[in-house]
Amino acid sequence: MSQSSLIKVENLAFERDDSCLFDNINLAVDSGDILQIEGANGSGKTTLLRILTTALQPSAGKILYKGCTVTDCRYQYLSDMLYIGHQPAVKQTLTAEENLRWMVSNSAKSNQLAINDALAGVGLSGYSDVPCYALSAGQHRRVALARLLISEAKLWYLDEPFTAIDKQGVSYLEARLQEHADRGGAVVLTSHQDLALNNLRKYSLSAPAGQIA
Amino acid sequence: MSWQWFHRLGSPRWFYQSSARWLPWLSLATAVVLLSGLIWGLAIAPEDAKQGNSFRIIYIHVPASFLALAGYYIMATAGAVGLIWKMKLSYMVMKSAAPIGAALTFIALFTGAIWGKPTWGTYWVWDARITSMLILLFLYLGVMALQYAYHSADVASKAGAILGLVGTVNIPIIYKSVDWWYTLHQPATIKFTSAPSMHPDMFQPLLVMIIGFYLFYAVALILHTRSEILRRERKTSWVRDLLNTKKQAKADKQAGES
Amino acid sequence: MAHSINSGFSAWLRRDLLLAYRRRGEAASPLVFFVMVSTLIPLGLTPESARLAEVAAGMIWVMALLATLLSVEGLFASDYQDGSLEQLLITPQLLPMPLLGKITAHWLTTGLPLTLVSPLLGVMLSLPAAGYLPMLCSLALGTACLSLTGAVGAALTVSLRKGGLLLSLLVMPLYMPVLIFGTATVNFAVDGLNWLPPLAILGALFAASVALCPLAAAGALRLTSAN
Repeated sequence: MSQSSLIKVENLAFERDDSCLFDNINLAVDSGDILQIEGANGSGKTTLLRILTTALQPSAGKILYKGCTVTDCRYQYLSDMLYIGHQPAVKQTLTAEENLRWMVSNSAKSNQLAINDALAGVGLSGYSDVPCYALSAGQHRRVALARLLISEAKLWYLDEPFTAIDKQGVSYLEARLQEHADRGGAVVLTSHQDLALNNLRKYSLSAPAGQIA
Repeated sequence: MSWQWFHRLGSPRWFYQSSARWLPWLSLATAVVLLSGLIWGLAIAPEDAKQGNSFRIIYIHVPASFLALAGYYIMATAGAVGLIWKMKLSYMVMKSAAPIGAALTFIALFTGAIWGKPTWGTYWVWDARITSMLILLFLYLGVMALQYAYHSADVASKAGAILGLVGTVNIPIIYKSVDWWYTLHQPATIKFTSAPSMHPDMFQPLLVMIIGFYLFYAVALILHTRSEILRRERKTSWVRDLLNTKKQAKADKQAGES
Repeated sequence: MAHSINSGFSAWLRRDLLLAYRRRGEAASPLVFFVMVSTLIPLGLTPESARLAEVAAGMIWVMALLATLLSVEGLFASDYQDGSLEQLLITPQLLPMPLLGKITAHWLTTGLPLTLVSPLLGVMLSLPAAGYLPMLCSLALGTACLSLTGAVGAALTVSLRKGGLLLSLLVMPLYMPVLIFGTATVNFAVDGLNWLPPLAILGALFAASVALCPLAAAGALRLTSAN
């Protein structure tokens, strides 16, 4: 147990309709790591992230969580994981507070105080009662990112978390990621930005390999 | 090691190449059985006492109805095999089976309607079997429409397979409920001539035709699957090689002629 | 573990109910459809109450079926668009339980209201008095079957842009047994027969749907939402 990484990916491949998006992906993420997945548009960053979250099945290869395949310890893995996708999963008709409460309902820390603090943290303190259709795209993303302030998940998967976020927000988020890593968490994110973080490692996806023989 | 044959069976390339060897023989057998059954049924078998010559349409109608239902199960089974063992060939068989089955269902309905006019005086009655057959046609159309709706062949195959399985569970329920519904509303005047009362001279050619239709179904399914294999594997090297040799042969032939 | 399985059910049930409450106008449209189409029948067929009474049970059932069919498309559509469906796929709970919660919410917001206003339609279409209780019972059970089966179709078509029409094509044949036994329950009662047997069969269909449909829908969602 102590030897194995938090997440270990072995020979992961994904193909659809006989064209291979990527193959032979091997990577490991340990506690305290921040892994940035880079690559051109269409190189499969989002797909890789979605495979890591188990939302998508790989064509080959396996993902190990603490040495155990994620299909075998699915419940444990998914309980320890937080994923914020390209779409923030914010419901238009619910208020910011309701959205956040729903998103963190599985978390132990989901009390009113924590929710208020989290909304204040992402700069939405005055908006908790406003339905989300009245908020901007950047504010939607902030609602989703507020999960990071409440969640006790060890692993964060963030797909383009900085999209539509202003400068201040970016540096706040960076600080939050750093803090999470320093406390022994791990972050895997996709982004085109250059991030000012310690322990930052990069993994580059090459352009689509084309067809398989 | 004992699984090797299974994986080879799942290889579209292997299927394409080996089916090319025995498909001509199967086609020949189909032609022989179908032709002899047709001649026997349409020309030699005796006339029906009540219906005259119009009963002879059963030699098309009954085998088509048989295959329409069996075809759905063949399609659903192929889809299930694809889902369970992730076998690509199986999905191709499933996709090919849908239009063939739908066509046979349509033939069964159409010949039924033609037969209905002289027998019952109307092209269409809401009889239990006809209604079930119509619902079966809808089920086929659903599977086909779902497959065409997806751009990705992989997703289309899996979605079609799931729908096929749902249909498989539902078909017995649908058939039973339609039967039951019909007994509620059954008008006393309309009744089918049932098979057991058929004279052996009429029944034997029917049996030949049913076998012939099964063979025909197999040939049609294999042909359709072969073209589906070529379409889906068009980017692979073996299909490209195959096309290049064909092109080369054609060019050589033209060069030789001129 | 048992607790967590249940919490997936009730959490998604409460959420979808809240969402439906916030979009009350939208949620009411199947109901309005149900009532409005019933105006078409006397106009298109006959205003004579004796002839209307003959077809009332069947018509009410057909309209309930169509109204459910119209609404079932929305079961996963908005969740797919805003990314909530992605989050649903990675909840630690087993997928069929949250789905059952969503389907229950769908039934509570469409099937149940349809059932409750059906007596009004019964009056408008001169349904004989003996038919009301069987109609309520059969619609309550039957629309639940329709929601469950519809969920499978909705899951299969969720990532398609024009999934609604295709969904009807896929699901309509599967709805036919429910229609047959639902109509029969009411007609048996009107004809003075024992209407419990067809209702019992509807119950059996419901039990089978509860067991199988969430599983099939879960499998379908995993495949199609990856598109």
